[in-house]
Amino acid sequence: MVTRYLGAPVRRNEDPRLLTGRGNFVDDIQIPGMLHGAFVRSTHAHARLKRVDVSRALAAPGVHAVYTHGDLGPLGDPLPPLIPHPTLKHHKTQYALAPDKVRYVGEPVAFVVADSRYLAEDAADLVEVEYEPLPPVVDLEAAAEPGAPLVHEDAGTNVAAHYTQRVGEPDRAFAEAPHVFTERLVMDRGCAQPMEPRGVVAHWDPRLETLLIWDSTQAPIPIRNGLARLFGLPERAVRVIAGDVGGGFGPKIMMFYPEEIMVPLAAMRLGRPVKWIEDRREHFWATNHEREQIHDAAIAVDDQGRIIAVRTVFLHDAGAYIPYGLIVPVVASTTLPGPYKIPNYHAEFKAVFTNKTIVSPYRGAGRPHGVFVMERLMDRVARELGIDRAEVRRRNLIQPDEFPYDVGLIYQDFAPLIYDSGNYPAVMDRALAMVGYDRFPEEQARARREGRYLGLGVANYVEGTGIGPYEGAKVHVEPSGKVLLATGVGTQGQGHYTSLAQLVADQLGVDVKDVHVVTGDTGEFAWGTGTFASRAAVVAGSAVYLAARAVREKALEVAARLLEASKEDLELEGGRVLVRGAPQRAVSLGEVAVAANPLRGTIPEGAEPGLEATRYFGPPRGSFAAGTHAAVVEVDPETGMLKILRYVVVHDCGTVINPMILEGQIHGGVAQGVGGAYYEKLVYDEGGQLLTTSFMDFLIPTAMEVPDVAIGHVETPSPLNPLGIKGAGEAGVIPVPALVAQAVEDALAPWGVRVREMPLSPVKVRELVEGSRREAPA
Amino acid sequence: MAATRTVRVRVNGTLHEREVEPRLLLSDFIRHELGLTGTHVGCEHGVCGACTILWNGEPVRSCLALAVQADGAELETVEGLAPDEERLHPVQAAFVEHHGLQCGFCTPGFLMTVVAFLRENPDPDEAEIRRAISGNLCRCTGYVNIVKAVKHAARSLRARAPAGASAAPAGR
Ligand code: FES
Ligand code: FES
Repeated sequence: MVTRYLGAPVRRNEDPRLLTGRGNFVDDIQIPGMLHGAFVRSTHAHARLKRVDVSRALAAPGVHAVYTHGDLGPLGDPLPPLIPHPTLKHHKTQYALAPDKVRYVGEPVAFVVADSRYLAEDAADLVEVEYEPLPPVVDLEAAAEPGAPLVHEDAGTNVAAHYTQRVGEPDRAFAEAPHVFTERLVMDRGCAQPMEPRGVVAHWDPRLETLLIWDSTQAPIPIRNGLARLFGLPERAVRVIAGDVGGGFGPKIMMFYPEEIMVPLAAMRLGRPVKWIEDRREHFWATNHEREQIHDAAIAVDDQGRIIAVRTVFLHDAGAYIPYGLIVPVVASTTLPGPYKIPNYHAEFKAVFTNKTIVSPYRGAGRPHGVFVMERLMDRVARELGIDRAEVRRRNLIQPDEFPYDVGLIYQDFAPLIYDSGNYPAVMDRALAMVGYDRFPEEQARARREGRYLGLGVANYVEGTGIGPYEGAKVHVEPSGKVLLATGVGTQGQGHYTSLAQLVADQLGVDVKDVHVVTGDTGEFAWGTGTFASRAAVVAGSAVYLAARAVREKALEVAARLLEASKEDLELEGGRVLVRGAPQRAVSLGEVAVAANPLRGTIPEGAEPGLEATRYFGPPRGSFAAGTHAAVVEVDPETGMLKILRYVVVHDCGTVINPMILEGQIHGGVAQGVGGAYYEKLVYDEGGQLLTTSFMDFLIPTAMEVPDVAIGHVETPSPLNPLGIKGAGEAGVIPVPALVAQAVEDALAPWGVRVREMPLSPVKVRELVEGSRREAPA
Repeated sequence: MAATRTVRVRVNGTLHEREVEPRLLLSDFIRHELGLTGTHVGCEHGVCGACTILWNGEPVRSCLALAVQADGAELETVEGLAPDEERLHPVQAAFVEHHGLQCGFCTPGFLMTVVAFLRENPDPDEAEIRRAISGNLCRCTGYVNIVKAVKHAARSLRARAPAGASAAPAGR
């Protein structure tokens, strides 16, 4: 078999459609008779709901219904929890509409359905809500204190979970170590902000008794299964389609957002299709946030800077509810060790309720926090012991012959954290070479003489990807010879229509354009979990490969009969099966498909009709990608402005299916990382009001702020799946805060600036410069 | 319901006439009245640029205008750039070739911005390109490949157009 497509920068099958305005995004769905919804959302962070009066809204023009909690019946109960954890004592989940109390600004209180979006919003303004304000719980540390006002009174505490993992004997190791350094490190709130806000369209067909839903979700299959359960429908009576989704990055998966309940509920009760599309301001309140954690960290090292022990004790802000469980803090504490050998480790966190928007994974999902803490500690060691920062890292790296490497922790998939493969020294050395590490001191000195302040940063990470449980794929050859591939993992821009098609095209010897991929439609494929945790290429990709290989086997068997040749002498090429060395003896794949599904005669015993196969793949545990980012920045101490002069990513994600798509993922991740490290910050006031609810306040980087990115690849295939793939979706974003912190410190070394908080901003950098005691050099 | 007004606009060469409420946004008019859903809405407050269309040849954010204001105007949307998926406009083709899109949500806005930009400045350098697209947000690509695509689109448009002339608007 020739692998023409695996590893090639194949241009994307989906592009012409998207480029000509023929996308299929949720707001593009138009159904005759469709109504439109708008939500009334809490204006208070924490308040009792005294009265919700919908009478004036109901009387407004074009209004069909106004729902409040009292109208919901059993759907008014807390929505189902997603991922339980034994230490998660208070697994509080959100409501479709708030019952007697609101817990964050933006929490849905009522849902208005009218003839148009305009009329629904008019009527939403007429809903009268009487609040009795309660003391808001906003500050993360204060929330964790005993005696703080309670977000959930019946829990008796704001601490939802308290979880500790240990490796070795950290207490003794710290007590006996020659050098111990401590740091308090803070990451503030941020969010993903995909360019397409969320949306749901629901259509109840009373004749087919089918609930058809278009949802901008990253996990259509679990949404379908959950909705079927909640609405008391058979699973086959619910079909969820996540067509084109305009960016996901994590928060477009929750199960369930309140809107995912209310829109189908209204559609079923009113017997009319209903659409709700989030607007951008709503998105800031109503779509999950991430990132807020406060770490008290410590590192113990010997005289050579070799790590003896690491400790992190941290608070994780869960927001008002914790449907997603402990994924983010668990990932943070298990990502922290990274590529380093840490014989003794103590990770302990409290997940804490506050009166703020719910937190769930956003690209990185705790990984940026872990890497920020670890790399800040390494920088501290380098500085204190006077060892070069690359050298101190190098001394602690896990070596290529030490795999599989057991970190000694339990990962987010509840499996042991064992790195499958890697070559960390090679990755770091390549990055250092690419960024010009050795000649940088001279470059820096020269710039300083010109009054310019350059700094270099280098940061390492290991990225857990490709976790189970499983994904599946169905490959089917049509009589036309075209191939259909159906799988459960939807796409939010990752190029599944192409990368998965490449795997099939290689197996079946067809043009990649002749493989038609259907994803994210439960009517086509209904087993699987979704696109998250950089798992689609690994897990679904493996299933696709297995299914395609099974179809290939079948095609060879059927063609061997047709051609009266032995299977071993056949090959698949150009959409045909032919006899090797005698290309005139050939049948087209379409003919084989027809022969495999005969109208007369019979098929061999035990065979299944058609050229079709469905296969599933479940990895034993996650596969671990790794990388190093390095950058040179220029900081203006007068204005606090940051300019990125060079940015290098060297990445090892095992076998690469499509390097063009992979590089695009990294570019986008870096941009998001730069945004999160320097520009983007969600600001709450002490009353729990979110002050940043537009793109004028929450600054997403433009083409002016983000750098060109030079990318280098190292390939150590994963032994845990047939193709050796590791995920890559989060690689771009993970080490950026750590890197920016180090580079800014380096640039502002004359002022002795220390960066302990993310994100930075021009104002923050100015404050750091002013706050430093030392004078600027003349 | 509020009184309606008549709006007559030519969009991608086709004349449309509708009765609309004065408060109807132009973006909603294009998407929901005319069914041209290629124009996307990302913020509705004039920052993201996803809703960019050409209004008498000039790039305009359709979420910041009312449909009634466009009465008598000539509009171009992404649907007008190419007759079909096989015959892409050079800017579209460059986006395919250089992977200038991922989810594709921001893309129509970028295309319209870039088409107008390259008519004005057929031979831009990288800094000019970055400035030209800095009013459009993309959350997927980090802009690296968009910048590349614009460079190459400029080159292929220049190769098509006779020396000295700026590139002809496509789809007409
Ligand atoms: S939708 Fe018009 S600028 Fe964002
Ligand atoms: S391609 Fe997704 S926002 Fe630009």
